[in-house]
Amino acid sequence: MNWGSPAEFFAMGGYAQYVWSSFGVCAALMILEPILVRKRQSSILRVLRRERQAERLDSQ
Amino acid sequence: MNNPIIQWFKYGSPQSFYPLAGKMIPWFWTLAVAFGLAGLWISFFVAPTDFQQGEGYRIIFIHVPAAWMSMFLYIVMAFWAGIGLALNTRLSGMMAQAIAPTGALMAFLSLWTGAIWGKPMWGAWWVWDARLTSALILFFLYIGFIALQAAIDDPRRADKAGAILALVGVVNVPIIYFSVKWWNTLHQGASVSLTRAPSMATTMLWGMLLMALAFWMYSIAVSLMRVRAIILEREAHTEWVKNLPEIQGKSS
Amino acid sequence: MSAIIAIIRRDLLLAMRRKSEVLTALFFFIIVVSLFPLGIGPESALLRKIAPGVIWVAALLATMLGLARLFAPDHADGTLEQMVLSPTPLGLLVTGKIVAHWITTGLPLVLLAPVLGIQFDLDTGALGILVLALLLGTPLLSLIGAIGAALTLGVRGGGVLLSLLVLPLYVPALIFGAGAVESHISGLGAGGHLSLLAALLALAVFFAPWATTAALRIALE
Repeated sequence: MNWGSPAEFFAMGGYAQYVWSSFGVCAALMILEPILVRKRQSSILRVLRRERQAERLDSQ
Repeated sequence: MNNPIIQWFKYGSPQSFYPLAGKMIPWFWTLAVAFGLAGLWISFFVAPTDFQQGEGYRIIFIHVPAAWMSMFLYIVMAFWAGIGLALNTRLSGMMAQAIAPTGALMAFLSLWTGAIWGKPMWGAWWVWDARLTSALILFFLYIGFIALQAAIDDPRRADKAGAILALVGVVNVPIIYFSVKWWNTLHQGASVSLTRAPSMATTMLWGMLLMALAFWMYSIAVSLMRVRAIILEREAHTEWVKNLPEIQGKSS
Repeated sequence: MSAIIAIIRRDLLLAMRRKSEVLTALFFFIIVVSLFPLGIGPESALLRKIAPGVIWVAALLATMLGLARLFAPDHADGTLEQMVLSPTPLGLLVTGKIVAHWITTGLPLVLLAPVLGIQFDLDTGALGILVLALLLGTPLLSLIGAIGAALTLGVRGGGVLLSLLVLPLYVPALIFGAGAVESHISGLGAGGHLSLLAALLALAVFFAPWATTAALRIALE
């Protein structure tokens, strides 16, 4: 174990800003990307559902 | 119907790949999170403090996997693009298109973490180190691929033009890498290298490998999600898409 | 072979009728190179150091100017479709067009480079290496550029896109071309750089017309 206390862990031996900005941006982008892809998927699904409903109404 | 080649072609059609990908995505997410947690555990709690670089060296646990993935994904993308060009399969082009943004993200992450690592180690945000420079050019190649595909309206033409660009790029990547390396040694660049960190301990290697696996699984999961969206967008007017349960369902 | 020569002659004739385009690219090259001392200052030691890089970067940009029009006029008037249908292999015709592009844009740069080198206080030996490196490098630029020109043919925003696609691929040519002159000046000898440049050129002569042809066929589908 490298760290005596949580504070020591977050301080990263004086390199906190470098370590946490790399890991932070990495984590943020890797969370953001799937969210954006998911949005793309649900928006195309919404369009397709609406088209389908319109077709059904037409045929009735 | 037990012919394996026929089986392959069956899963090569967007229609049967769409539900298959949907089933695979949760598994890859699980693997990504599991490897990621193990990798983070090793990189923060098991790997000892480096005697030269202090705690700052821990950035390599994401820098190196991101750099590996950015190169690997370019090759995978070119592979799918080439298959699409040679066999004229629809799905391959969609795969290449789905991988490109994730590859660009990985290239960006390796640049970002490399620059941040460089500040405490070299005293400058950007150093014209061979690896950083070739990562930058790789990033430009991804952007070019994405921009070319975005500029062409006809998806079939976009796939094929992108395929040629990806194949030209894949021939050029090693040439660019070695030319940049040659240029760098000639100009006596930085003497410290990120991957040649002093005394690469086995725990460090394990941490890097686990993180690389996590990044790999993440890339597969995100690409599969994106390819599903692309399939729906391109095949919007086919019968099978209209009959999908998620579209048929009693949507509100 | 006669088909190649016929295509080269035709493209050169067309270029002669549109002299202004060729001259514009050439003056662009001269102006860009001449702007650097104004921006950096007239110390000859510094200028000698940056000369190879500046001249090479200007050459890359000047080659880019003509690339967008490599296939576009032929595409617009239907000549390109005739070429695809003609019994002569398209690869040969494309090679002819690339050669003509090099004669109209690359060769003038090679011939002008010594004059611009003098502006930067390069000695005779360095000027010789510069010309040699450009002589090997500019055909490489035309060959790689042709792939980009074919890929962006008829695509919206083609001109800007073309530079985005092609400039990263020009990196090795820039490194070895400018490096040849630099290592000559620093006394290391330019042989290694020049032979690598020649190797790249050989590779490009082999593959670029093939890739360009494939890209043209896709664009015309």
